[in-house]
Amino acid sequence: MTEIQHHLTEDLIAAYAAGTLGHAFSVVVAAHLSLCDECRSQLEAHEHLGGAVLEDLTQETVSVGLKSAVLAGIDLPAPPEPTRITRSGIYPSAIMTALKGRPPKWKPVGGGIRQCIIEQGAEGSLRLLYIPPGRAVPDHGHGGLELTLVLQGSFHDASGAFKAGDVEVATEDVQHVPIAGEGIACICLAASDAPLRFRGWLPRLLQPMFRI
Amino acid sequence: MRNRESHVTEPLPHAEPLARPLSQQTVLLLDVRDNRSRAAFGQLFDYYAPRLKGMLLRAGMRSGQAEDVVQEVMLSIWRKADQFDPARAQASAWIYRIAKNRQIDMIRRENRPLPDELVAAEEPSVDDAGDVLALDQEGSRLRAALALLAPEQRAVIEQAYMGELSHSEITAQTGLPLGTIKSRIRLALERLRHDLKDLR
Repeated sequence: MTEIQHHLTEDLIAAYAAGTLGHAFSVVVAAHLSLCDECRSQLEAHEHLGGAVLEDLTQETVSVGLKSAVLAGIDLPAPPEPTRITRSGIYPSAIMTALKGRPPKWKPVGGGIRQCIIEQGAEGSLRLLYIPPGRAVPDHGHGGLELTLVLQGSFHDASGAFKAGDVEVATEDVQHVPIAGEGIACICLAASDAPLRFRGWLPRLLQPMFRI
Repeated sequence: MRNRESHVTEPLPHAEPLARPLSQQTVLLLDVRDNRSRAAFGQLFDYYAPRLKGMLLRAGMRSGQAEDVVQEVMLSIWRKADQFDPARAQASAWIYRIAKNRQIDMIRRENRPLPDELVAAEEPSVDDAGDVLALDQEGSRLRAALALLAPEQRAVIEQAYMGELSHSEITAQTGLPLGTIKSRIRLALERLRHDLKDLR
């Protein structure tokens, strides 16, 4: 495991622990946690806080039959657990599950850049990006929050250099031109809660076509 | 961005003496894990079922649906007890996670994205009593710190972890000292990674 330099913020980890993070962001968080023991231990610390709150919670009366139903249930053979889709190559389990176990279907979006849209809806979008070595993704800002997790290779922008396992947490005010590092192509997973806004007029015209 | 290391050096309240036995719930869960004790499981049910139902109702579930989830969570506790690692989690933290997983699967009708599993598939490693006790003590200190908060601060924490605040509302409220418990869990994870490497 390489040394990870760029981590999740504590509020993202807390929201994931509490189950209040949207699906697209949760996939990025779960994928980063698969690669980063620092954030994973942070998550489990937050789960201790959740557990402590649970202990102190107002108790609700449960139906009289519930306990006997549960106790009868432990004698029955356990229903088969749905098989979890496991990690494949550079893609942790959470990404492979979002891809429904199939390899990504890449679509060219110009300049040698390819993308694979995993989900897109009112809640935001989740996609994989493939950026050839040394290539730049057009200058863009964000309507909201964008998380970008590097899975292979690296990229750099005004806020620093990001290598495999690193996650960039970019807020509304960040305008950036991510440039892939030399060597191997950069593959990253990006989630945002709003469509990206490109600054130049040409990319903006092309945006509906690219759906990015 | 918050400085995620800022809590590490904060002093922890020492409200409880250090030489303290393991928390009652963790002892019961270990009895279920190691001895398949039905009596211990019954006690866990009595303790957690009313609290889990409270959590699920607060998340907006109707009573019947909440009880269905409580039933599933309790059965998962029995069936997955062999995955419980007391050097990494107290019983309540482990059960909180299982309940959140089921709650999200149920509400969204799709599986919650989860990190890669780190559970050794075959031989569970032997608990190190010192590590288990150390983690348990950190858990108790965290609980003591929570108890010392002003009521309104406490209410916000409760809302956040019961899932009543959105992600953007959570930012300012995680001011509890989680640094030392995180360090204990980190050690347990490192040991687990080491064990997993040996298994391969």
